[in-house]
Amino acid sequence: MIDVNALIGPYPYRFLPHPDPEVLERVLEREGLSGAWVGHLPSAFYRDPGAGNAQLYTALAPHSAKLRPVPTIRPDWPDWEGTMRVAKDAGAAAVRAYPQHWQLGPADERMSALAIACGEARLALILTVRFEDLRQRHALDVAGDLQAAAVRSLARAGDVVRLVVTAAGREFIEEVHWGLTPDEQRRVVWDFSWVWGPPEDHLAKLFRTIGSERFVFGTQWPLRLTQNPRANLDLLPDDLRRKKLGDPEKIFD
Amino acid sequence: MTEPLIDAHAHFLHAACGRSDWADVNAARLRAGARIGITCHVASVLGTYGFSSPTYLPSPRDVVTGNDAMLALCKSEGDLLRMLVTVNPNYTKHALDEIERCVTRGAVGIKLLASRRADDALLDPICERAAKHRLPILHHIWQHRRREWPNQEISDGADLARLARRHPGVTFILAHIGGGGDYQHTFAAIRDVRNIVADLSGSGVDRGMLDEAVGAFTSQRLLWGTDLTMETGLAKLRALENTGLSSAEDIRDIRWRNASRVFGLKPRSESSSPRAPRAGGRKPRAGRK
Repeated sequence: MIDVNALIGPYPYRFLPHPDPEVLERVLEREGLSGAWVGHLPSAFYRDPGAGNAQLYTALAPHSAKLRPVPTIRPDWPDWEGTMRVAKDAGAAAVRAYPQHWQLGPADERMSALAIACGEARLALILTVRFEDLRQRHALDVAGDLQAAAVRSLARAGDVVRLVVTAAGREFIEEVHWGLTPDEQRRVVWDFSWVWGPPEDHLAKLFRTIGSERFVFGTQWPLRLTQNPRANLDLLPDDLRRKKLGDPEKIFD
Repeated sequence: MTEPLIDAHAHFLHAACGRSDWADVNAARLRAGARIGITCHVASVLGTYGFSSPTYLPSPRDVVTGNDAMLALCKSEGDLLRMLVTVNPNYTKHALDEIERCVTRGAVGIKLLASRRADDALLDPICERAAKHRLPILHHIWQHRRREWPNQEISDGADLARLARRHPGVTFILAHIGGGGDYQHTFAAIRDVRNIVADLSGSGVDRGMLDEAVGAFTSQRLLWGTDLTMETGLAKLRALENTGLSSAEDIRDIRWRNASRVFGLKPRSESSSPRAPRAGGRKPRAGRK
């Protein structure tokens, strides 16, 4: 099992202990995970993520057996298509985008173009609903959460699109899933790093209604404890504990 | 006997809360609790959870309805459950009467929601009654640093610190460091107020939060708990062993010994007696059924 929602690098609004690839690799081993798709956290806040992508490739090179890079691409930045080609050549597992941080609205055609280009390159597009709980955000952190409408819009953009949506809660997931056709639903998988377990049992309800195969394992390390999604699986009702998760490596199959 | 584990912050639903799945939610808490290894849920019922009055501003009638439901659960589940009596300090006489009524039936503490800001003078009679019965007060802390929020009076660590300084004989439990907003602000606000302990519950599982909490309070002022998300409780329990800050003894303090001391719960075996508090805590009380 791999972690599709790992990052390296510091966060601008609070101290993160050891957000380094060496530590991530040890954490994966401790948690019994075989690898991770790894983004560069500061790049979400850079105007031009290019330098962050370069840092990411360099930092992960010694760890390439387990850590695959997930560069950030802004579709409103000149020559983003060139950045996409570099990502493909660098062995990227997927691409990250943060439309809410770039003030690209839910129906922005540039985001749709990015999603289609990613799909044509057989790269999943990773979206992040939130980095932190709303109640503790820094005064300068005004981007807001990703809107469910943005995910629906991208899922409708074309057959080739594949989205990995991270850090969504139950209501967000349901709002997107049941607002899509069955074909469109198959273009979206979700990590459950922010989905509640018991006693409300949101994860169990989603496994029963949407299906466990629509969910992939993600932790949002180094922002959140890697133990959390595993604990959520361990506390599922008995009849759901052996349900199979989706395989992000086969997202285009 | 396995190591005890006390959930210092739990809630249960009931038939009058307006949810048809209330029994399933309660069963899910007990199911997950058994799997985690919880040996005692210290729990409260928050009125009717918004059905006939707001969750954090419950009417006196809903307060009684909720407390009655909690008393009934304690009766049916035995030692597995202990009760905190919920009160709304806007109704002083009712709150004091409710404390008396439920303490005589076994309540081990008081639950204050967000019906009044934590440093409000209306909380003083509640605290005096808590001191009389040597009851701890679990106080809901919820802050957004820049705005109010509907249907509750926000309170942060600084507000609770002012109340705690007025009542040094009462132990206050600052609720859910993982669900009360800016925990870093909280840690700074209550670090030096020794009669405040903090529970680890809440949906937040920020890396670094546990390390900072242990650094700020030592293991002797932290209680393990779950509140509305038991998976985050289990994750924090597992993470404690990886913080590098907590020894096995420290983890025992957080798992159950501090809660046993604060709530006056009877240790589960001779080998599991509460460790004497290093600072700021109270002497262990005799066990109470």
